[in-house]
Order: sequence, then structure tokens, then C-alpha cells
Amino acid sequence: MRAAGYLPEALMGHDLTRLSALTDDLLAGFQAAGAVRVEPPALLDAETLLDLYGEDIRTRAYTTHDPAEGERMLRPDFTVPVVEMHTAMGQEPARYCYAGPVWRRQEPGSDRPTEYRQVGYELFDRGDEAAADAEVFALIAAALHGRGLTVATGDMGVLRAAVSALDISERRRAALMRHIWRPARFRKLVERFAAPMAMTEARARLLDAAREGEGAVAALIKQAAPVQGVRARAEIIARAMALKEASEEPPLTAADRALLDQVTGLAGTVASAAGAVRAMARAHAGMDAAADRLTRRAAALAARGLDPATLPFAAQFGRTTLEYYDGFVFGFVDEARPDLPPIASGGRYDALTAALSGGAGIPAVGGIIRPEVLLAREGS
Amino acid sequence: MLKLGLPSKGRLQEDAIRWFERGNITIRRTGSGREYAGRVEGIDGVELVLLSAGEIPRELNAGRIHMGVTGQDLVHEKLPHWRRDLVELAEMGFGHADLIVAVPSSWVDVETMDDLDQVAAAFRATHGHRLRVATKYHALVRTFFRREGVADYRIVDSQGATEGTIKNATAEAIADITSSGETLRANHLKILRDGLILASQATLFLSQTAQWGAAERAALVQLCAQLGLTAPAPRD
Repeated sequence: MRAAGYLPEALMGHDLTRLSALTDDLLAGFQAAGAVRVEPPALLDAETLLDLYGEDIRTRAYTTHDPAEGERMLRPDFTVPVVEMHTAMGQEPARYCYAGPVWRRQEPGSDRPTEYRQVGYELFDRGDEAAADAEVFALIAAALHGRGLTVATGDMGVLRAAVSALDISERRRAALMRHIWRPARFRKLVERFAAPMAMTEARARLLDAAREGEGAVAALIKQAAPVQGVRARAEIIARAMALKEASEEPPLTAADRALLDQVTGLAGTVASAAGAVRAMARAHAGMDAAADRLTRRAAALAARGLDPATLPFAAQFGRTTLEYYDGFVFGFVDEARPDLPPIASGGRYDALTAALSGGAGIPAVGGIIRPEVLLAREGS
Repeated sequence: MLKLGLPSKGRLQEDAIRWFERGNITIRRTGSGREYAGRVEGIDGVELVLLSAGEIPRELNAGRIHMGVTGQDLVHEKLPHWRRDLVELAEMGFGHADLIVAVPSSWVDVETMDDLDQVAAAFRATHGHRLRVATKYHALVRTFFRREGVADYRIVDSQGATEGTIKNATAEAIADITSSGETLRANHLKILRDGLILASQATLFLSQTAQWGAAERAALVQLCAQLGLTAPAPRD
């Protein structure tokens, strides 16, 4: 039998008792903060997850095949089913807590478990965003207090704000936003916008045709091959015209490039980050709202007894691993145990609730603790 | 006995038999041509196992054969742990096949994976579903597309006649094996400039999971000596 989780002995006996007690403690803490205990389903509609995360979700979630029900996936986390439950029957504002297993496919060669437990807290609230961020973070921090963990925080909203503030076309802005969670791809886009790449002969011919007009592009298509498939001639022509427009755009300015570098390099404390983003806002008016958010969050954290002057902050934190978070993000790790995943993580995911509801969605922030990991590092 | 797995029929088998010949190892089919049996001459302690080429990766992985001849494409696709469990003993110089990404030739605006990513975004906005890529190489394609930063696509399974899926409106792009590119051209498809996922050829693989006793090790050393290969030491 393969190790069932981060605490392989927790299937029975002493470790199971410890795990149950810890889970009960955490849930009791969340319920005392006003959360309703929920029991979301484990089998989720595969299409929903594929739409949200794309084809890559198949490398992370287990897919089941049922000729009658279609493809289902074992929940890779609780966020999606909790949002769906809330959308279907929740009152606002709402606080939920839950405990149970999630299932994750791991990379080849990885010895990380494919099944482990999470205990979590989710807050859906249209009111004070900073207060909601601070509430969730403070709850998780309190539950882990005194255990010698290292905390990290960040805010995906700062980079998003910077992209919004750039003096570029909406087309380029959309391209950057779309790849904001893929740092390598994002950097390639920035480089291309800063200095146009060398062009192939075929691309030069296409742009020449586009400058002549749609008729010339249509002729070029006709010369190439018969149009087949779902993507229509009109779509090919439209993209050719868009490529022509893109080729005429001025390169990304040095000031805009500098702003992106400043934001991706931004690291310090919650308090210093608020000051740094405020300074960026002097040159880029669009950054004001992000600076305001950081300032309000710092105050809300301070009101809960957490010192913004000592709480670490890095704008890049969570950019690759926590892909549906779009605002405040946080994590707790054991620096002495790099073999273990974060003990806890969480953040704001307004865009995810919007995507799931197909409309405006509801602002949401949440966090989870991995109780087996917490116990595994502490020994028996 | 060292069990050597060969494809049970076809061009791949003929080329493999010819390849072993150069080490004076003669593989003879026995019985009628339809019977899947044979023997190995010119070396002691090697037993022939004839298998469907597609099953050889699985048999190597399970350790039911010690060595086997099959395409790298099949091994890389089917065995995520192949680097740990198998050794590539020799690339055999035949069975060349490139796994590539192709789109309709009428897509004059698409030359690269980067173009495909941009088209995928626009396609999803226009049609309400993600751009479909037909392939049987799901794992290799997914890894490649992730590395290239392509989002908003989905894989649709295609076990054969993949070049026809676009015309049949069940896919917008394909990822498939090609050797000469003729089938692609006949179906009005073109390969993306940076769309080479894997350049595959027939390869002699060694299984690390098989039982390697003294007799099998001796046969391996002898076989490598005759073929001019460096004999690896299988793990215990």
C-alpha cells in the first residue's frame, strides 16, 4: 500500500486520534468565528474545472469516466464546490468551514501524496474587502500561532493594477492579463512589446496584404489552401488585420517597462509595500487604487493585532502556484522542511466566483490548513 | 533467459531483425508466418518475445521482458516514469517519426505556437468553447503546450485518421506523428515552425524493473559486445 497522506500512520491508532483532535479544534475555531460547517461533494463536473483551469487541470486532478454521468473529477480542492454551494443556496454575507480529503495527481517522480486532508474557511462578503482579507488571514495565523512557521504574503492585484496602468493598447493589455499567472510567458510578451521581433517572409507578406485590405488577405488565403474546419475565413482575415494594427503599435515605453520591473521586484513588509506602491502611483495614476487597497489592508491587519511593519510581503508570491487568486495571497511554510508543502495557504479569488457564476460573482477570500502536514512536522 | 521483445509484424520488425544481424544475431521466425514464435541464433541465453509494438512499453515497464524494441514516442507517452524505469540502450536509426503540431494551411496568420495561443484566445471568445487539438498523444501534447504557454485549448482523443478531424469539424488543430508530411499536405495541413514535440525513432530499451540474474546479465554483456554497445549495469 502506498503512503496515504503526509501522515501515513494516521489511518488508525494514536496518529488518527491526534489528527481528529486537531481537525475538530480547527473547525471549532472557524465555527466560533461564525462559519457554517459544510460538506461539499467530492465528485465534480469535469467541464466546470476544465473551463476554469484549462487542459492542465487533467495533470492535477483525477478524472473518472462514467458513460452515463460523463466525465467527473475528484475535487483537487474545496474552493470550487464551496463556491457552487454558496451560489446555489447561500445567504450573504456567508462564512463556511469544512474538513476532508482532496485528491491531486503529482508530477512523475514526485513522492508527494495523491490524497490528503484540508481544513478550510471561506468568506463571501460584498462589504469591506480589507476587513475580510484580514479576518481570514488572522484566523489562520491564530490557529498556527506559536508553531514556528514562516509566513509569506503577496497581492496579485498589484501586478494587475500595473498592467491596467500601462500606456498600451487594450489588445496588449488583454494578452498580458491572460498570461499574468504564467511568469515566463508574461515576460516573453513584455519583451515582444518592448522590441518587435524579426519577421519571417510569410509574416511580412501577410502584413503587406493586410495593409492592402481584407480582399488581399482573402486572396492570400485562397492561394494557400481551401478553408476547412470551424475557424472561418472571416476569423483569419480579422486576425490578419489585428496583426497589422499590432505591428503599428509603438514599443512599450521605458517608464512602463520600469513599472513592471518595480512591481515584480517589490518585496519587503506589508507596510513598506504600501509605501512603495504609493510612490509608483505618483508616476502612474492607475496604481492609486492598488496603493489604497494595500494601505487599508495594512490597517485592517493592525486592527487584528498583526503588525504590518513586520509582516513580509512580496508581489511575486503566489504567482505561479495559486493561479486562481487575484488579490491578497498568503502562505505558511516550515523553512526547515522544504520537503513539505505549505502548512497553510489562501487568498482572495473574486474572479473565480465571477467565472463560476457566469456573472458578477461575489467577492470571496479563504484559506486552508493541511492538518497532516502540521502533525507530520511535529512528530508524535 | 534474457527476454527480448520485438514487434510481432511489419516494417518495424523487419528493420529490427536487420539491425541485430550486424552483431551476427539472427532472429528467425518459426512455424508459419502467422504464428508469433521465433528464436534467436548467434547468441546464447536470449529468448524472443513477439508483441504488438504498442504493448512493448507496458511489458518493459512491468519487467516481463528485459529488453524491447519500440518507438520513443510510445514510451514517452505511456510511461511517465520511463527515465527511472528504462534505459535507452541504442537509437536504431529507423522508424523515424516526428510528433508535430499542425493547423490548416489556410491559417495564413498562424506560423508558431505563439500564434496558436493567440488564436485560441480569440477562438474561445468567438465560439464559446476552447480550441480543440486532436491527438492520441495526450500526455506529450499537454506537457508541450504547457511549456509553450498555450492556454484555452482542449485535447480531443483521436486514435486514427487524425488528419481528417479538422475537415470533419471535430478539431481545429492536430498533434500527430508524421514521417514525410505527405498525408498532412494531402489534407491541407501545415506544421507549425516551432511545433516539433518529439523527434522519435525505433530504440532498443532496457528494463530496470525486470529480474536481472547472473544469466541475464551475462547475456546482456555478450549482446552489447556483439552489437558494439556499452553495456549498462542494470540496477539490483
